[in-house]
Amino acid sequence: MKTHKIKFKLNGETVLAEVKPNEVLIDFLRYKLGVKSPKIGCDRGDCGTCTVIMNGKTVRSCLVLAVEADGSEIITVEGANKNKITQKLQKKLHEKNAFQCGFCAPGMILSATELLTENPKPTKEEIKEAISGNLCRCTGYEPIVQAIEETAKRENGE
Amino acid sequence: MPIIAEYEYLKVKSMEEALKIKSEYGNKAKVIAGGTDLIPLLKENYIRPEILIDLKGLKEIYEIKIKNNFIRIGAGVTFADIIKSKTIKKYFPILWEASMTVASVGVRNRATVAGNICSAVPCADSAGPLLVYNADLIVVSEKGERKIKIEDWFTGPKKTSLNEDEILLFIDIPILKNKNAGCYLKLSRYEGEDLAQGSLTILKTGEEYKIAFGSLGPTPKRAYKTEEYLKGKKINDNVVSHVQKIIVDEISPITDIRATKEYREHMAKVMIKRGIEKTISRYYNGKPKYGEGMIE
Ligand code: FES
Ligand code: FES
Repeated sequence: MKTHKIKFKLNGETVLAEVKPNEVLIDFLRYKLGVKSPKIGCDRGDCGTCTVIMNGKTVRSCLVLAVEADGSEIITVEGANKNKITQKLQKKLHEKNAFQCGFCAPGMILSATELLTENPKPTKEEIKEAISGNLCRCTGYEPIVQAIEETAKRENGE
Repeated sequence: MPIIAEYEYLKVKSMEEALKIKSEYGNKAKVIAGGTDLIPLLKENYIRPEILIDLKGLKEIYEIKIKNNFIRIGAGVTFADIIKSKTIKKYFPILWEASMTVASVGVRNRATVAGNICSAVPCADSAGPLLVYNADLIVVSEKGERKIKIEDWFTGPKKTSLNEDEILLFIDIPILKNKNAGCYLKLSRYEGEDLAQGSLTILKTGEEYKIAFGSLGPTPKRAYKTEEYLKGKKINDNVVSHVQKIIVDEISPITDIRATKEYREHMAKVMIKRGIEKTISRYYNGKPKYGEGMIE
């Protein structure tokens, strides 16, 4: 099995690495690069806790090979707080005490960031749909949905 | 979970390169586009390829293009692309509606329609719409190109009529000339993140109906007898209850971890009733809008 040299941007910084074709992105990020915000939940695409933003879109890093990251731009929560929308969202989530254990938080925050970037005025339904692939086992979702709603309102100066 | 299988990886620069490897390796070469179906299979050690061919570097696979009388969807088009496409929403609203029900945003951003039908699971969400719209699948190999009708595509659970040396390149869907309406209904335990326990697609054009089922037999499939019965009929309660009787003969559901056979049979009857009602209402009143009522 030949290794591949890859080069990509992680939270704005260039990463050079050599990976095997059977390395999965989530494992590579966590164990090789020490980026621990994306979590491993189901490891099969169902729970959303491994979510990272790749080229502007959320993906499940448990379903991406590390070698596929070559040439891409990846953002995790470690770097997302450079983004204004994410900052505001995080503040709201904090205010509302929206998480309990926090395991789902990195994925939720990135999914909500993608939503608010593409659709600054989402309806409640659109918010629910956008985070429907991010499972939270603690909160019952209500405070999370509210925090996203209120972030959108503030964004729009309402 | 690490992947145990060891294989080579090649991001091809041309289709010729991909086809050459395909003809050399056959089934030992797997094509990867979104990878959302392939990577779990690798993790479970269910498949052990010798090489992965990554198509994502090819420009020609990303098009959604209106040709003369059909629309061409490339192998790299994701469900997120379908949902964003005004062309698809206008011409093939049922495919658009079905795409909205696929897993979650993070999966839809990677998963492709072509990959969905290549994995050929009975619950593939795009299968029903492609069946009722009579899509043609353009597959290529070193020997050339051929066209496979969607109704000849699914040959068994996870099996298709694609040969070992072939790659699915385009999905061509003929544009409908006449007024039409339809719907995609999916029965699942919860919204976002679930595979269909059963799905129903209906398309009405004039007096004709096309109906397809998913997860209610070994492959997604058209319900020809029901279609024949409905042809030209004025829909009323009697017609619907007769359809509920004959529909059971057209499906062959099984019991699995998601639902029992009996439950699926019962729900097929419920779905066909709701589906016909929704289709009729959309056809005559344009309501509910496509995609509506997805999260109540
Ligand atoms: S760990 Fe990737 S979706 Fe659950
Ligand atoms: S806060 Fe614990 S899983 Fe969401």
